[in-house]
Amino acid sequence: MSRIVDAVNAPFAPVRAYFRKHRSFGIFVGVVLLSVALPLLTRVPPFDGIQSTNAWVNAFTTAAIYAMLAMGLNVVIGFAGLLDLGYAAFFALGGYTYALAASPFSGIHLPFWPMLLAGGIVGAIFGVLLGAPTLRLRGDYLAIVTLGFGEIVPITLMNADKFTDGVNGIGGIDKPNIPGILQFTLINPWPMYGLVVVLFTLIMIMIYRLEDSRLGRTWDAIREDELAAESSGVNTVIAKLQAFAVGASIAGIVGVVNAAKITIVTPDQFRFAVSISALAAVVLGGMGNTIGVATGAFIIYLFQSILLKQLNTLVENFNIPILNQIDFLEFQYVLYGIVLVLMMLKRPQGIFPARRRMREFAPLKIGKGGLK
Amino acid sequence: MLRARGVTRKFGGLVAVNNVDFEIPRGSISAIIGPNGAGKTTFFNVIAGIYAPTEGTIELDGKPLISPPTGAGREPILLVLPTIPFIGLAIYFLMAVGGDTGLVEGVASVAVALLGFVGALLLNIIRPAWYNRLIKRIGVTRPARPNDMVVAGLARTFQNIRLYKSLTTLENILVGMHVHLHGSLLGALFKTRLVREEEAAAEQRARELLAFVDLAGMENELAANLPYGKQRLLEIARAIASRPKLLLLDEPAAGMNPKETEEMTALIRRIRDELGITVLLIEHDMRVVMGISDYITVLDHGEKIAEGLPKAIRTNPKVIEAYLGRGAAAGH
Repeated sequence: MSRIVDAVNAPFAPVRAYFRKHRSFGIFVGVVLLSVALPLLTRVPPFDGIQSTNAWVNAFTTAAIYAMLAMGLNVVIGFAGLLDLGYAAFFALGGYTYALAASPFSGIHLPFWPMLLAGGIVGAIFGVLLGAPTLRLRGDYLAIVTLGFGEIVPITLMNADKFTDGVNGIGGIDKPNIPGILQFTLINPWPMYGLVVVLFTLIMIMIYRLEDSRLGRTWDAIREDELAAESSGVNTVIAKLQAFAVGASIAGIVGVVNAAKITIVTPDQFRFAVSISALAAVVLGGMGNTIGVATGAFIIYLFQSILLKQLNTLVENFNIPILNQIDFLEFQYVLYGIVLVLMMLKRPQGIFPARRRMREFAPLKIGKGGLK
Repeated sequence: MLRARGVTRKFGGLVAVNNVDFEIPRGSISAIIGPNGAGKTTFFNVIAGIYAPTEGTIELDGKPLISPPTGAGREPILLVLPTIPFIGLAIYFLMAVGGDTGLVEGVASVAVALLGFVGALLLNIIRPAWYNRLIKRIGVTRPARPNDMVVAGLARTFQNIRLYKSLTTLENILVGMHVHLHGSLLGALFKTRLVREEEAAAEQRARELLAFVDLAGMENELAANLPYGKQRLLEIARAIASRPKLLLLDEPAAGMNPKETEEMTALIRRIRDELGITVLLIEHDMRVVMGISDYITVLDHGEKIAEGLPKAIRTNPKVIEAYLGRGAAAGH
């Protein structure tokens, strides 16, 4: 069996060696190939029967947004080992930043592109604000505080009527445009798809670079043993804040894109379920493995938005009693629960475990020297 | 080189270390010994910046390094004072645009106040050197942190080995070199030439260090998979990776067989002779202590009961009494 695998893999060895050396370029090529292949795939049965290509592309865009969110959360949870259950808050802050800066509600219409950066900065500021008081906390306690923060933000947004229009949210948010070249519209999903693909590539490259840097090693060290890290000269305070800031700024940027895509932000979009869905993606994909986490997010999103919807139509078509009373879309929370529990029981390292997690969970199999 | 003056550390009512004066000459190998519960490790942790001393100071090369924290009651002021101008600015901002504030003004003033608060908060927790000097003027000294000690030139190992277990040996060393690398977040994101060169040089040096402790060829081995003795070696290599002036070893030969102990002794000598690092160790194994120490300090019940050359310590009646009890001392 392994000989067949080896034989199949052999011709690709030089290619893999090349991309290992030029990883950023490899990510670029991979994402571009995938972003071309996915829409093509939707024209092939059985996928073409489910929905139109445009609807598929729209779904892929949203899936990629979730994937970016999960990659950002992975920096905090997978790299630095800080359990953050309020991640949706930063997503919300990014979204509201853009909503306030480019909508009829505020009467300001700033261009989209600089607001991407602004969303990141706002996210980072609030990341530090959340990180600072929680520096001494670990595990469960940190989870509770971040959970609280995740609730505070949407509730504040809901109640600050004057600034956010409360539960109604801010609608009519400007679409991005490249003056004279391209105007993003609600009907045409392709420009947004392109934008998300570019952003996805950039974020993935940056996260991989961070992981391999001095800072990434610092996060590893803190996750492994905080006291030892301090005694190695690591300023754990700064390193943790940086983890929070990086994770939150990614959520902020993605929040801006999300707001521009759906042109409305309401506090309800950023409830606890969003944090949990990102967490489920991280756990499903494999904590610490950026590509794995992104894949996990894709799987979860497409599963809930396509498969559950299909289940609805299926049940309706066959007109099964009792079952057609159920809206399967409501079952997404059950889905998260099932994913989290099953993964923890059966494969705690995730579908695509990070190199390091793999070793942690299977210490007996690794290394030529192995156990002595 | 390192001098402790009247160091005392209390845990509630328990006096773990009581008024210990202590000095390590440059280039020496010194040892702290004492029966179980004598306060050796506590004293060690005070030097390493993990516990703040209740009283007393520690100096390195004549410069004060650690002193007891003072003015803790004044600390909240540090957080509130710097934010006042920002909050004032925000209120002024709101007033200037009139009672019926618009959306933009409201958001902007909240943002200004928030930025001020985050700035003050960051100063307070990151504590840059100038900020520390500033708050010293109003009588606030913070307890030292272990990472500050590493910057000052101290490195340590732990009694129960604390490696980064799921990292490779090479990565462990690279973390140890942390304070001498300067790659920043932005540098890493854009992979600047400086960062690439620095990383390559660091890796080269890490390999040399591994060879120094006789772990060459194990670069990609997981720390957790190394045998016990090699884990000790790796921990020492990680400590000297920060290029310390003073290396603190907490029971380096604990749990080792005689051959490994011998190698460890040789390594400690080489660290002093070849790298010029002063060594302070806690050790139970008397063969090790008597074999390599230039000076020995004996603690018992948190107090220093003897110090001097190994020969003198060996025959010191107080020391024998502490270890074996009064009767044994009398019989001797």
